[in-house]
Parts: sequence; structure tokens; C-alpha cells
Amino acid sequence: MIGSARSWREKPQRYRYQAARCSGCGKVFFPPRVVCDKCRGRSFETQVLAGSGVIETYTVIHIAPSGFTDEAPYAVGVIRLDDGVRITGQIVDCKPEELAVGARVRREFRKVTEDGPSGVIHYGYKFVPES
Amino acid sequence: MRDVAVIGVGMNKWGELWELSHRDIWTSAALDAIEDAGVDHVDAMYVGCMSGGLFVGQEHLGAMLADQLGMGPIPGTRVESACASGGLALRQAYLAVASGAHDIVLASGVEKMTDVDGAAATYALSTAADQEYECFHGLTFPGLYAMMARAHMERYGTTIEQLAHVASKNHANGAKNPNAQFPMKVTPEQVLASPMVADPLRLLDCSPITDGAAAVVLVPLEMARKLSDGPIVRIAASAHATDTMALADRAEISAIESTARAAEQAYKAAGIGPDDLSFCEVHDCFTIAEVMVIEALGLVEKGQGGQAAASGLTALDGKRPVNPSGGLKSKGHPVGATGIAQVCEVAEQFRGGAGERQLDDPHWALTQNMGGTGASSVIHIFERVGREAGR
Ligand SMILES: [Zn+2]
Repeated sequence: MIGSARSWREKPQRYRYQAARCSGCGKVFFPPRVVCDKCRGRSFETQVLAGSGVIETYTVIHIAPSGFTDEAPYAVGVIRLDDGVRITGQIVDCKPEELAVGARVRREFRKVTEDGPSGVIHYGYKFVPES
Repeated sequence: MRDVAVIGVGMNKWGELWELSHRDIWTSAALDAIEDAGVDHVDAMYVGCMSGGLFVGQEHLGAMLADQLGMGPIPGTRVESACASGGLALRQAYLAVASGAHDIVLASGVEKMTDVDGAAATYALSTAADQEYECFHGLTFPGLYAMMARAHMERYGTTIEQLAHVASKNHANGAKNPNAQFPMKVTPEQVLASPMVADPLRLLDCSPITDGAAAVVLVPLEMARKLSDGPIVRIAASAHATDTMALADRAEISAIESTARAAEQAYKAAGIGPDDLSFCEVHDCFTIAEVMVIEALGLVEKGQGGQAAASGLTALDGKRPVNPSGGLKSKGHPVGATGIAQVCEVAEQFRGGAGERQLDDPHWALTQNMGGTGASSVIHIFERVGREAGR
């Protein structure tokens, strides 16, 4: 069993959607990094991610890993947010046939998974069709 | 740097080897390679293994396997780069011989994947992706490659029927390989009717879970000329490149940039281009992977990879044969061993020992082994040379 600190430290990203904007060149990183791969800068400002975007690619998982088997089939996609940042997350509250590359989605705060029957419950972002 | 050659190969039948342990599988392949090389010792050994820890609960493999080989106290090094662990072990062995640090070096790979159940194996493999920002959301490896496939289809018009032809072609080759895990022919229709794993990829688009090992012995080219009595497999180039770990951070989701970068270095070092290659062994962990890799290698133009198998271009008797061994798809994919098994196929083909799948007079070959969704790629180019110097 992995300790709760591992998910606790990700809260700024999973709960508050905080990315890091490089003070030197403006590149935005989600999740934040220690060093910018574009200008080698190490100073960043916090920027909250845009709440909507479009599906760039997606899949529907039928054979799920441990922790997700009860949910299958479920959709996961790479979303290009309106601020240009790409993010990976589940796409829920829609049928698989309603999914399409280019479709607009918005972020919601949801339960993602849990560490077995007695472990930590992990919350975070998922995406739903924008209507 | 010295010229380096492969002089011995060892690989046994792959599959669900319940009666054999991780160490047994590896040691048999290693001993076969040493015997095939005609040497009585090795000076050092490298072993590629993705996850001894998660698959069999065993780490410290460099020491353990040197011990099992009965050749302690030689230096034993375990190399990990997810599914490219074997290719990277070969590269470390190559560098050790080329630099003059060692003369006779074993490069090997192993994975024992069936001691855990399917969900645990899926989890172990998923550790090659970003745990906190990909797998956290329920992504699996088929899921990641499915997203790459969807992006390729959207951008270039690639179809699921074209992907099915990749599986069919590789099974046709694997049917001629006695070491293959699934040496049966598969029709494109069977691929399209197999159960969905991660839309649009189906079960027969995916490489299997496999127990297996492979090993090769490397020596300086001059020593190979003294030891060998047949064609010699010279390593003409060794290249390695990385890319972002997470798919969402890639410049283009429908391309494998690390392979393109490593290929560029490898072609330059070998002094050849894709048109010179007699065949390639590539990392078809999923059908879409072969499509994207042959584009990155320059075997076809970007976006044209989808048609290659369906048109016969990459068939055994095509203009650009890809995966004569059957690839990961049919031969199996014990992840750490895959990059070494590719070299075993090169040696068999160069020596004329590939049986029913033997190609006509191959001279140059390329192996491409990658980790994760292409966050790492390792490429080697091989030249068949004669025993006499100057050829
Ligand atoms: Zn910067």
C-alpha cells in the first residue's frame, strides 16, 4: 500500500487545476516541473487551467486495470484546453458513440479511483460534454 | 571506438512457461548464446528486464543472473528502459566492447510475466507510462496506443482494416518461426472480430503476455573473424533517443519522434539510408505501433504507414520486409527480452538459418525497440560481413 502523501501532494493539480507558467518564456506546464525544457528557467508563476477544451484523441477502455474494473467500459481522452494546454482525463456522462475528435468538453470535479477497500479515495478532474 | 560483432545467439521457445522460473529461462538462453559463440567465458554481462520487481518480486538481477550463469564475479548489470530494456542492454554491451572496457560481453533480456494475473500484469506494464497523470485516470497501454491510433486515423485516414493487415502479416511470418508463442495464421477478418480491448484496438491488435529470454555475445570484429567460420554480424550503428513521457506533452501524438531521432543518428553512423535495408525488426507492441514506426524510420512517407501491410510492401516477399520473425505480435513480447530477440533474428537471417522465413541474401538490417508510448527508442543497424578483412 502506497502512503497517502503521494496523492496529497498532487492536490494543487487535481483539486485546483494549478499549472506552472515559466517566468522566462511563458511556456505552461501541467503538472508543474522543476525546470523549463524550452528556456531552462527555474522560476514559475501559478496559472489555473482553462475549464473547457476540445477532445484531441480518445479511447474507450474495455479491459481495465486494477481499480477501474467496475467502471469499464469508460472513455479517456487527451483534451486540448482553450488556453492551449493538453491534459489527459476521463470523459464521462456520455455514451461512447457520442464521443468525437474535436467535440467540446468541460472539466468537473469527480471521484477518480480508490486504493482498495480501505485506502485513500482519489478525487480529481474528469470531462463532460459541453452543452 | 572498435568495430563490434555479434557472434553467438540464444533463444528458446517463448510462451506461457509455467514450469520454468525467471532465472531458468534466462540462464538457458544465456548458455545457448555462449555455446553458439564458441567462447568459454564472458568478461561482463548486461540484462534487460523491465520489472523483475512487479512480475516476480526479484530485483538485483545483474548479480543474481551472473551467479546463476556460474560466472561470478564478472560484472553483471541490469538495464531498464521499459519495453526497450533489451535494446538498451545491447547498446550498453556494445559500448563496453567498442570502448575497449571488455572483450567478450553477453547482452541479454528476460521477462517472466505469467506468475501474476492479468490485472497485475496490466498494472506492471502501465508503469512505463506517467503514473500520476496518465495511469491515474485509468489508462492502460492498449489505451494509450489506442489514442495514438485514433490520432493517426484522424490525421492521415488510416483505417482499422489496415491495422488488421499488420497483425495478419506478422502472424503469417510467425507461423514460420518455431520459437514463436502464437505461430498461427490470422486473417484480417479474425482481427476485426476479436474482442475490443481499448477502442479502436482489439485483442488481435495487441502483442501478448509472454515468458521468454534471449541472449547474444558481442566481441570486437577482429576477434569475431578469428572465432567465426561463417558470415559475421557487424554492429554498424547503435543509437538511443528519448521523448516526453506523457502523450499529452508530445508535439504530435500520431508520430514517434524518439524513433525518428534515433534513426537519423543510426543511418548517419552506418552511412546508409532506409533504401539500403534488406529488412527491419520493429517494435509492433500494437499494430498501430508498426505503422507509426515504419514512418519514423523513413521506410514509407509520413502518413503512409497504414497501407504498407495491406499492400504487401512489408510482407516477407515485399520490397521492404518488416518483422520476418513474426514481430512482438506473433513471436510474443516478454518485454525485457524483445530487443535482444530482434538481434537473434538478424543473426539467423544473415547466417542463412531462418528456415522457411529466410530472406534472399540480406546485407543490411535494422532493429528498433521502444519503451512506453515511444518515450525511449533504441535502434541498431547491422551489416553482414565476410571473415576476410576489407569486405
Ligand atoms: Zn521557459
